Amino acid sequence: MVHVSATPVLALRGVSKRFGAVQALTDVELEVHAGEVVALVGDNGAGKSTLVKTIAGVHPIDEGVIEWDGDAVQINRPHDAQSLGIATVYQDLALCDNIDVVGNLFLGRELKKWGVLDEVEMERRAQELLRTLSIRIPSVRIPIASLSGGQRQTVAIARSMLGEPKLVILDEPTAALGVEQTAQVLDLVERLRERGHAVILISHNMADVKAVADKVAVLRLGQNNGVFEVKTTSQEEIISAITGATDNAVTRRAARTTSTNGEASQ
Amino acid sequence: MSVDKTSATPQGANTVENTEAAAAAVTAVDPRLLVREQGLAGYFGEFKRKLKAGELGSMPVVIGLIAICVIFQSLNSNFLSAQNISDISVTMVGTGMISVGIVFVLLLGEIDLSVGSVSGASSAIAAVLAVNQGWPEWAAVLLAVVAGAVIGALHGFFFAVLGAPAFAVTLAGLLFWLGFMLKILGENGTINLDSDGLIGKLTTYFFSDVAAAYLLAAVVVAVFFLTSFLGNRRREAVGIPSRPLSDTLMRTVLLAVVAFAAAAMYNQYKGLPLATLIFLVFLIGTDFLLRRTSYGRKVFALGGSVEASRRAGINVTAVRISVFAISGGFAAVGGLFLASKIASANQSAGTGDLLMNAIAAAVIGGTSLFGGRGRTWNALLGVLVIVSIQYGLQLESIAEPVKYMITAAVLLTTVVIDSITRKTQKTAGRA
Repeated sequence: MVHVSATPVLALRGVSKRFGAVQALTDVELEVHAGEVVALVGDNGAGKSTLVKTIAGVHPIDEGVIEWDGDAVQINRPHDAQSLGIATVYQDLALCDNIDVVGNLFLGRELKKWGVLDEVEMERRAQELLRTLSIRIPSVRIPIASLSGGQRQTVAIARSMLGEPKLVILDEPTAALGVEQTAQVLDLVERLRERGHAVILISHNMADVKAVADKVAVLRLGQNNGVFEVKTTSQEEIISAITGATDNAVTRRAARTTSTNGEASQ
Repeated sequence: MSVDKTSATPQGANTVENTEAAAAAVTAVDPRLLVREQGLAGYFGEFKRKLKAGELGSMPVVIGLIAICVIFQSLNSNFLSAQNISDISVTMVGTGMISVGIVFVLLLGEIDLSVGSVSGASSAIAAVLAVNQGWPEWAAVLLAVVAGAVIGALHGFFFAVLGAPAFAVTLAGLLFWLGFMLKILGENGTINLDSDGLIGKLTTYFFSDVAAAYLLAAVVVAVFFLTSFLGNRRREAVGIPSRPLSDTLMRTVLLAVVAFAAAAMYNQYKGLPLATLIFLVFLIGTDFLLRRTSYGRKVFALGGSVEASRRAGINVTAVRISVFAISGGFAAVGGLFLASKIASANQSAGTGDLLMNAIAAAVIGGTSLFGGRGRTWNALLGVLVIVSIQYGLQLESIAEPVKYMITAAVLLTTVVIDSITRKTQKTAGRA
């Protein structure tokens, strides 16, 4: 097990978000430590994407506090999140098919020398980055269109690593991938953890979650529905938390008391 | 764990790497792919692979050009005469310049239908200012080009900011600037330019000194060799894949043969044409802009995925407007060359088949209509094809109607080749 720091890299305290008449998030709590993979799971419409977007600065929060390294911060724009060190890899990969791997990795932050693209340095750094992340692709000089879905996903994740972020958010990274490709991406997630990054992984796939996550945070109808240690929790327990099979007065009370206890003890 | 170097599986690669460094256990390069043999066999293998994968690039148009030369030369031995080649080189510049602007717009996956009218309007502006208003010609030329760029930027504004389709915006531009040109040309409809003035000289000046053409060829070849050689040295120094020296030499020799052959041809007639020199300078400049600067990278990115570009922090609106401004600017430059050729600005400027030829040239040269793929050199190759056919048919005294039909057939062939290669590329996973 990788060492987990005492102060979480990111902590959400009682975050709420409302869109018109819809209460998308209610009093959501979430903690992510360095070197820890937290899976964020929940049914469709549970608020996973909204939560991620509040962290990424796409939607500012209405209520609550976002803590970064223990300090309360304001994240109002995507730029704020990026400058804190939060990198988000969205589901649609946002890569340009016609540009090669190096070009995509450095898109929007090209290295220049006397105003001219420094292709040599970019290619060297790209190779170095891909090597440290053990990403295999045929060549860094072929267009993204030539790569498989898994390879594209790894390139997208590698691209988020260029800014040396402390927290990486992966939105459904394995959604459209085959078995082998999913394994590649999960390997990469593990390497991110090994390098000490905090990772939030959104997934629908319980197998993936069990494979790489340390903790599972379940959202249901915009509220916390439990945070589980992956090692000590069965898949059924997580699924019942997602579907709400455990959602009755008794468990709600239990969850409430445990979560307040947990906070008090920290 | 055995070190099995013959194994082609990723595991095999792992174990080999393991002996070197335990931390970086896996190679970044997939061992299965893209290993190229060196030397001639390598070229042949690469060629076959590209053919199969549908990565033809400019190959069809180069083959087409050679075919055109062979056919017309066998029909009429004057086709490859020094005079004819010189004439083609000068005539192509007007349409070619407009086509360079079109390449930029096509890279975005958009279209600019106004370039013909804008070129006519700009030449009219230059003529009115220089002849009727008595401005110095350099100022008139400068203002005409700036006007072209501003007109293009205006189209870009409607497209990028207000979200109107570029097709419709530039179609409106086509009509408006045609009307504008007719209005400022006034009653007469024709303004004759001083054929010894700056605009006149654009297509009539030749560097009669034989040294000029050879010097240019030598400089181009030397610069090409030095940049390739030094670039490869730098790549070797930091340990990333580089071209072998034999490869660089081969390309340099090929370029040298073409460059010196052209120079010798020009020198047999009047010498290096100024128009061709300016065209080459613009081509090299725009190629550099597109492939070596972050601005060019942004243009390609927009042609690939607008959303990805936006997320990468690219100012999509600004790039779009600037591309249309470039298109308008090049239309103006092209218009000046066309006006220079007939030594006047008249009502038929920028009309007829000019627009279609400019777009066809970009596409024939290998620029994709679907965006994100192309180089400004495509404009040169495409316009060479179109103008060569025109001159070849003229030598044979074949009438105008047939010329249109043959140009149409060439264009259709090119688009079909583009579509088929795209299909092949898709099946080969390289679309």
